[in-house]
Amino acid sequence: MSDETTDDILDTAETATAVIDDDIAAALLERFAGSVFHRSHGQPVVYLPRDQWFAAAQTLRDDQDMASCMDITAVDHLTNVERVVPAGVDAERFEVVANFLSQRRNRRIRVIAQVPENDTTIASLVPLYIGVDFAEREVYDLMGIAFDGHPDMTRILLPEGWDGHPLRKDAASARVPVTFKEDPTPR
Amino acid sequence: MTTEFETTADETTADETKARPDLMANPAYERLERQTDEGTQKLTVEHELVVTGGPWPELEGEGQTMIVNMGPQHPSTHGVLRVMMELDGETVVRSKPIIGYLHTGMEKTGEELTYVQGGTNVTRMDYASPLSNELVFAIAVEQLLELELPERATWIRMLMVELNRVSSHLLFQATNGMDLGAVSMMIYGWREREEVLRLLEKITGLRMNHNYIRPGGVAADLPDGWQADVLEICDLVEAGVAEYDALLSDNPIWLERTVGVGVMKTEQALALGVSGPLLRSTGFPWDLRKAQPYLAYDQVDFDVIYTENGDVFDRFRIRLYEILESTKIIRQCVEMMPTGDYRIQDRKVTPPPRARIDESMEALIHHFKLFTEGFKVPAGETYAAVESPRGEIGCYLVSDGTGKPCRMHVRGPSFYNLQSMSPMMEGAMVADAVAVISTVDPIMGEVDR
Repeated sequence: MSDETTDDILDTAETATAVIDDDIAAALLERFAGSVFHRSHGQPVVYLPRDQWFAAAQTLRDDQDMASCMDITAVDHLTNVERVVPAGVDAERFEVVANFLSQRRNRRIRVIAQVPENDTTIASLVPLYIGVDFAEREVYDLMGIAFDGHPDMTRILLPEGWDGHPLRKDAASARVPVTFKEDPTPR
Repeated sequence: MTTEFETTADETTADETKARPDLMANPAYERLERQTDEGTQKLTVEHELVVTGGPWPELEGEGQTMIVNMGPQHPSTHGVLRVMMELDGETVVRSKPIIGYLHTGMEKTGEELTYVQGGTNVTRMDYASPLSNELVFAIAVEQLLELELPERATWIRMLMVELNRVSSHLLFQATNGMDLGAVSMMIYGWREREEVLRLLEKITGLRMNHNYIRPGGVAADLPDGWQADVLEICDLVEAGVAEYDALLSDNPIWLERTVGVGVMKTEQALALGVSGPLLRSTGFPWDLRKAQPYLAYDQVDFDVIYTENGDVFDRFRIRLYEILESTKIIRQCVEMMPTGDYRIQDRKVTPPPRARIDESMEALIHHFKLFTEGFKVPAGETYAAVESPRGEIGCYLVSDGTGKPCRMHVRGPSFYNLQSMSPMMEGAMVADAVAVISTVDPIMGEVDR
């Protein structure tokens, strides 16, 4: 990819925020100040302020009939030097991403919140969507973002007492040497 | 897990905490606390036990419960799932699935592989339906690249994914039969599945973990005479389904074992993020192939199978009849398969034909660059979702403009479906718990990634 093309992408990303052609996103934007709409490859995305995370999910569930939160995950942008965010979003190191689905209306929406490096917490959605229990534990386990109000904020995939959060970009893979019990003697 | 053998008096926990602060420092003790004291769910029991072998203290009197670990080596847990069950006699009071035994850091690995290599990684997640994983990853990459595929490529993909759905559901029939004591069902299921896998091997070169569906199309065109092979498999599988139907659907022992067991309601399923046959068994006809058509699913004729009761029997039936819907799609694929190219001819994404490499220096360079450095993908983020045999499999892909993903997250349907296990098991017998685990049909490779 040449430099020209990267510039083009930057330009389009910054100008494409104007048109809000999604009623669910419009409802969120109207209600929550500081949120930004973005259409990413045809998919509606709303960037929310972190303190509105829970309230926005409640709006989606109660007013917009978004019955399922299909997925919660997080992204570490530490090494993403040429990062592109829509205009009006203060980029932080971490992003928490939730995909909502309304089966009855056959609509999807994705909401993203920025989480700063020095305070990696965000509200838990478990009181609204019981099914994100495992997903939030996974994000906590692998990315080190704690969810306030989660009933059981413990590691899920890695053993208890594991040091660090491996999906962070500053955690190199194979940093922890694998030790086998009963190592065979050298042949 | 050496510290899990603990007994404690429930009523005096608070006082004991003050008296023995060192006990609380033990992580095993903390977990025991979570298992026992959850506000309103507090149980009227005198002793709590966590047993992982060793001598069992005697249980005295009524109303005492015991926490027993099922797995991670139990044969009915389909791999390395561990279920912590609190038992009152034979009844499951509460349960908690414990996962992570198969965690190999595949999402981290995905960040270290190029987009060309990525398929080899994702295909190992849900090893019972690897082509769905490859498909969702390829679709996500193509969305970022904004590629338009040749028609034949999408139809080959659809044919392959449906064949894979057949083999995956046959695997379910086999293991479900085995878990519930219908051992002959296990043998029949494996028998037919092996034939499907043999066909997949003929087309892709491998029985499993094919890396056949790649960004830009598929790895190779269908072999000569594939129509006859595919139709033969369809006949074989349809005859097999009729056989299983006759064997199990009216079998009084089977009905006794499955009807009314592990019931789930639609609203529960939606709140849990459950998808696929589990959601459809609750009377909610949600199938991404119909609702949000991808590939060419809007051009083929098939039905979404759904039932009303949401019990183990319904989930068995849905998967059984979905095999027939899949063979229906496969037959239409054979009939309607368009001619053309099986991948896009974009040298930045797909390798040049083998013959070109001998005569063209440029083709050699393209080939070399593609398989060493891969290709760069414009910065952006996207979420692609397809209907795997287990439900909605999604891929959230973030690109930073380089040749490797900034983040590659796979939403495994089993990971979410697994959470529905505990509510379904509550109040059931241990033997029914086995039936519930079986019909959730979790693939641990996808749960733990």
